[in-house]
Formats: sequence, C-alpha cells, structure tokens
Amino acid sequence: MLGPYKVLDLTDYKGFLCGKILSDLGADVVKVEPPGGCPSRNIGPFYHNIPHPERSLYWFAYNAGKRGITLNIETAQGRDILKKLAAKADFLIESFPPGYLDSLGLGYESLRQVNPRLIVTSITPFGQSGPYKDYTATDLVGMAMGGLMYITGDSDRPPVRISFPQAYLHAAADAACGTLLAHYHRELTGQGQYIDVSMQQSVVWTMMNARLFWELTGTFLKRVGPFRAGLSSGAIQRQTWSCRDGAITFTVMGGAGGAGTNRALVNWMDEEGMADEELRKMDWNAFDMAAATREFHQRIEDKIGQFFAAHTKQELFNEASKRRIMLYPVSTPADIAVNPQLAAREYWVEVEHDELGACINYPGAFLKSSEVSCALKCRPPLIGEHNHEIYKQELGLSSEELAALREASVI
Amino acid sequence: MRKQVLEGIKVADFSWVVVGPVVTRCLADFGATVIRIESATTPDILRVSPPFKDNLSGLNRSAYFANYGANKYSLSLNLKHPKGPAVAKRLVAWADVVCESFTPGTMADLGLSYDNLKKIKPEIIMLSTCNLGQTGPLAQQPGFGTQLVSLAGLTHLSGWPDRLPAQPYGAYTDFIAPRFAIAGIVAALDYRRRTGRGQHLDVSQLETAIQFLAPVMLDYTVNGQEWIRSGNRCPQAAPHGVYPCCGEDRWCAIAVSNDQEWQVLCRTIGHTELEHDPRFDTLANRKQNEDELDEIIGLWTREHQAEEVMHLLQGAGVACGVVETGQDIHEDPQLSHRNHLQMLNHPEIGLHSYDTQSFQLSETPARLERPGPCLGEHNEYVCKDFLGMSDEEFLTLLNEGVFE
Repeated sequence: MLGPYKVLDLTDYKGFLCGKILSDLGADVVKVEPPGGCPSRNIGPFYHNIPHPERSLYWFAYNAGKRGITLNIETAQGRDILKKLAAKADFLIESFPPGYLDSLGLGYESLRQVNPRLIVTSITPFGQSGPYKDYTATDLVGMAMGGLMYITGDSDRPPVRISFPQAYLHAAADAACGTLLAHYHRELTGQGQYIDVSMQQSVVWTMMNARLFWELTGTFLKRVGPFRAGLSSGAIQRQTWSCRDGAITFTVMGGAGGAGTNRALVNWMDEEGMADEELRKMDWNAFDMAAATREFHQRIEDKIGQFFAAHTKQELFNEASKRRIMLYPVSTPADIAVNPQLAAREYWVEVEHDELGACINYPGAFLKSSEVSCALKCRPPLIGEHNHEIYKQELGLSSEELAALREASVI
Repeated sequence: MRKQVLEGIKVADFSWVVVGPVVTRCLADFGATVIRIESATTPDILRVSPPFKDNLSGLNRSAYFANYGANKYSLSLNLKHPKGPAVAKRLVAWADVVCESFTPGTMADLGLSYDNLKKIKPEIIMLSTCNLGQTGPLAQQPGFGTQLVSLAGLTHLSGWPDRLPAQPYGAYTDFIAPRFAIAGIVAALDYRRRTGRGQHLDVSQLETAIQFLAPVMLDYTVNGQEWIRSGNRCPQAAPHGVYPCCGEDRWCAIAVSNDQEWQVLCRTIGHTELEHDPRFDTLANRKQNEDELDEIIGLWTREHQAEEVMHLLQGAGVACGVVETGQDIHEDPQLSHRNHLQMLNHPEIGLHSYDTQSFQLSETPARLERPGPCLGEHNEYVCKDFLGMSDEEFLTLLNEGVFE
C-alpha cells in the first residue's frame, strides 16, 4: 500500500515497531544505525542463545523487512549525509531523548529546511515537553505510570507488569498511526509536520474504563488476580480457571452477551452428568452478572470449576469452539506455535537467514488485504548491510567518498 | 486551507464494544465524519457497562461507552427490521470507509458483505475485525478481548510463576488491534487516492496481539525456550521491581539496568555501604541475591511517599515511577501538560473526561469536540443531512420502527 514511500528509521527498541508497521504496509524503510550497530541489538533473547549484535531475536522480530545503513550523526559529515537522505525521504522516525537531535542541528526545524514535505515522528517516554520530559522510563516504569500495572496482579502481592515489555510497542504502534495520518494530509497539501508521541499516554489507553471509576464513583479498582473487577455491584468474578493441564479463561456472563454461551456450557456439563439442578434451571437471559453477589458467583464457580478441572485446555477449547462457548485456553508459546487457526490463515512466514544458514518462522502480516499483500519481505539488515547500495547507488557518492567516510568512522 | 487530516472522509461504523469504536474514535478525532450505527434492540455492551453516572445504569449513562464514542454521530438503526438493511446500504453509498466487528458472516447475512458493498461503491474501504479473523476453522469462535488475551499468550505472561496467571486488567488485546487497524485504514485511504481502488481489510485481533510477543515466539521457534511470567523481574536488570511506599497500597517501580545506575541508586538513597557490597556489586550478584536486594530497597521505599521516591531517583537519572492509580492519572502533571484528559459536557453524564490520542500532530492536531452520543441522538440529522431523506421518508421509516 505504501510502495512509493521512503522511511528513515533512527529509532532504538522504543520505536522499532513503528517502522516495522510501515514496512509491512509496503514502505521502503531504512534503519540508520551508529557505526558498530544499534545498541538495541544487544537485547535478548538471542539466536541459539549466543549473545551477538547479529543474533538478537528482539532485533529480528521488529526490524525484519527493513534495509540498514550505518551513519555517525554526531560528526559534521554524518549530519550532512543525514540531511541529504532526509531531502529524499518521506518520513523520519526517531526515539532519542528530547532535544538530542536539536543539539546536533538535526531537529525538525532544520530538517524541514531541507525537505518541507518531510514527516518527522519522535517517540519518547513522556513527550517532548512538560515536567517529566527528561525522566527515563523502562518498560516497568512505563507500565506503572501508564496506570495498567496498578490494576494487574494478585491482591496480596505488588502490582505487576506483563513479563514481556509492552509499553514502547504501544507507543511505536501509535506512532505509525500518527505518521500515516500526517502522511495523508501531506499528500493532499504538500505540508509536512512533526509528531510527538508519549509512551505514557499510549499505555493510559490500555486502562480501558479503570480511571473512569475514579472519576465517576470516587473508587479505585483493585487488582484481583485471576478474577475480574469493575462490575456495578463491586463483586468480582473468576476469569482464569485451573484445568487438568494448565489454565483456561471463561467468564460467567449474563444477558444478551453471555446467555447463549452459558446455556451451551451447562448443556455440555449436563451431557457429562456434571450440571446440577440450579445450573440447569438458571434463566441466563435474566441473569445480571454486574448485580450478582460474590456468594452467588462463588457457588456457580465451584460447580463450573470442577468441570474444567476434569478436562485439558485443548479438550475444553475444541469443544467450546464447536459449541460456540466463549472459553479460551491460557496459551503458552508452544500452544500458539501450533494454533490451527493461525496455520489455516498462513500466519507464520518462513524467512531465510542466509547469514545463519537457516530459515526462521516469523509472525506474519498484521492484516490481510483483498488488494495487496502485507507479508514480511525479508530478514532484518546486518550492520551496514546496505551502505553501498544506498550511499553509492541511491545517494550518488563515489567510491572514494565512501572509502573516506569509512576511514573517518562516519559510516 | 484544510484544518483536519481526514476532513471530508466519511465512515459508516457498524462496529461495537472496544476495538472498532477505538479505531473510529481516532479517525473522528482527526476530522472524519463517523456515524455509529447501533440499535436499542441489541445495545452496545459498553452502553450497559460501568462506570455509570451516579452508579445508575442506563443506555446513555456509561462514561466507558461515551469515552470511545466522542466526536461521532449515533444512528439507531434496527438491522433486523425488514427495512433496516436498505438504510444501511444508503450509508455505504455515502461512506468512504465501513467498519464492522461482528462474528464473521453477520454482515453477509444482512446483505452487507464486502462483495455487496463493492457493488454499491466500488472504491469502498471495509475494515472487518474480530477475535480470530474472517477465515479459518475457528473464525466463528465468539469472544471478547477479556478472553482473547489468554489465547494470545499474554495471560500466561502476567503474574507470578508460583500461581495461576493474573490476567492483565480489562480487555488488553483491544488496545493492540486498533493501532494496526488505524494504520491499515489510513494507508488504504492513501492507496485509494493514488489508484482509485478500495479494499477489504481483515484484522484478526489474535494476529495483531502476537505482534506484541514476536520475540517470545521467535525464542520458542528458534531456541525451544518457553517464556513464563516472572512477576516484575527481568533477566537483564536488578533491582527491577515494584516496592511499597508510605500510605495504603502505594507503590513505585524501580528499574536499574547496569552497575553504574546501581551505584547512583545506593548513593541517592544514602546506602553507600551497598555500593561495593559483594552481594550486589555486579548484575550477576544482584540477580543471585535478588530477594535480599528487594527486601533492602523495600525497607527504604517504605519510609517515603511514592512521588518522593520517583522525583528523587529520576533526579539522579534512575528509572523510577509511581504505580499510578486512576486518581493519579487524573492528577499527573505530565499528562496534564499534554492535555491527555479533556473535559466534555455529556447531556446525561454531565462534564467528564475523555482520553486524547497519545500522538500530537504539529500542524493538524486532533480535536475533541463532541461527547459520546446518546443512542439515536442524530437519527434525523444523519438521515436528512447525510443521506438526503425527505421529512416524509424519515417519518415513515421512524413510524415503522426502523430506528429502534
């Protein structure tokens, strides 16, 4: 979809996904790394557990499909080259601390002088201005200050983050939205612009309705582990249940949204002789989960829980999908790798890594289009892999100039 | 001069609950005209979900619904009424973009499949989004993000290794999928501008959620390693946790990524004796003695307010943040500087806050102008001004119960 457009991607781990989304949508994305490679190449896990900048699976996952060059933008020559690249680019994405590019004379105001159509997108923890603009934030701090953490975790232990970093993925994906919106405007008007993304704000969206409870009712939602809070009655209800070989997720919902699924579950339990009279006679259409008491939830949960404990998660999910019951397994990575739905939709894409002499299965397109393929194009770039191609063939530098730049450690 | 990016773009929004409405909220914030097509016969689940004004439920009393409904028009249209689908088709003819998030097949049953939409408007862009995608053996599996989060592997990675997982709050995957869908729609609009061609976008919320765990999946397929939840711990950092502070259920998160930061932390909290303590002097040693380390840090944080800990450590360059509650989010000076929450006056809920987008465009900023609509609030306006119905036609359909 974005075939004609060029992106300069100066981000580290905080922004990789933004360029990845643009690349999957068809844009030509060039990673611009410092000589020696982007520091985020040192983020694990690593291919065959050997830490090496060309073996980071984090780098692989979010830079596949891009090309790569090295450039030291802290040198005068490097800055000059970046401006030449920017003059020919449609987008520039970066995730340096606020003010860093400005200090090099490469801030938005300088870049727009060389290319008024350019769209520059900055991804930072808190945005470009404000009292916390210079605060640092890892994923843990982002999930804390974005509000999702306080309401996630067990009630008798500290709040938790999700064990794989999420905060900057939200920010980078949001950045792709902002970047493309600005692009649409630019294509109609010729006007470039600057986009300032705050990771903290991106995470706040994931709180869903939780902050509104404070505003409307003056109460805090609390973390309740495998249960679910946020019901009108203040009661909690179980969401995650043990089963024979792991866990599943199921909510006893009522009314239009849940009556069908509850009836189907009770019928199935009944066929196996595990539904008692109360369950069989429940009027699920009239049942209001939000108004039911904890005692009531507990009684129903005990009965259903016994049924789940007698089955494996695969048995439960197989039967649930046949009977249209809203029950899902708590998948592990191994479960996801063999998920039949993903296989049927040809989600996984085999990507050749010639440098490793291997093929690796990657998560594939994030959307399917009736018009164009959004599949992953190729493996991620090696350090400086496309220096020759881009500097010589596309920017028109001579072999001597290229050699001199290499000599001066600019590339 | 154009003031808004999507000025003139028209969106017929048949979607409901969170994912679709969050997508169209963003389009509306940037100037698209969005009509939410809903019905009192099967109201959006969010309209009947808390929090409500004064804790009293009512179709127009949920701030949860209102937040994602801002800037949109509401048309109540009973698609099950014999004349409902014909009105829907007129909306398609009016629209540039059609969004829907039903179980696959539902739109086709209403005569509103992509193939049919194309006959009405060849260059239409249609977004279909559901848990598992439009095709495949499990496409029909019903469910919400509150359940999909488990199938997608995120529940498995939340909580403590010695216990059942603690699912991330709410419908977490519902805040992953929209970002991919918005990018897809805007790219499709540009593609249409260049080629004149529309398209059907199929966004499986499972497939988008796995993008947020891609390295975890690669670690499994390449190395055979299975990640499991680890509380707040991280193999490459220590201390890396959430520590108790003064007050009830007050916490701060601290993340120390290298030895230099560790030394800064020790000096900043006045524990210089720990700086070169052999139990903690290297990352490997801190990881090995992490329980003891967390105990020591926790004893110090307990004596301080969470905000005080954050300001002190951040001042020294150590990553640290208050574990913010809903109230903290409302009072956060940085979010306030960014105008993250904007107040709008809702006819039934009154003045309350709406989330703004996390990305700010310098030349064409997002705008929040109208609160979430009441159900059917814009029936007459939409039918007459957007669809060109006469008074008579509108009244006839109204009396026949089409707008229920």
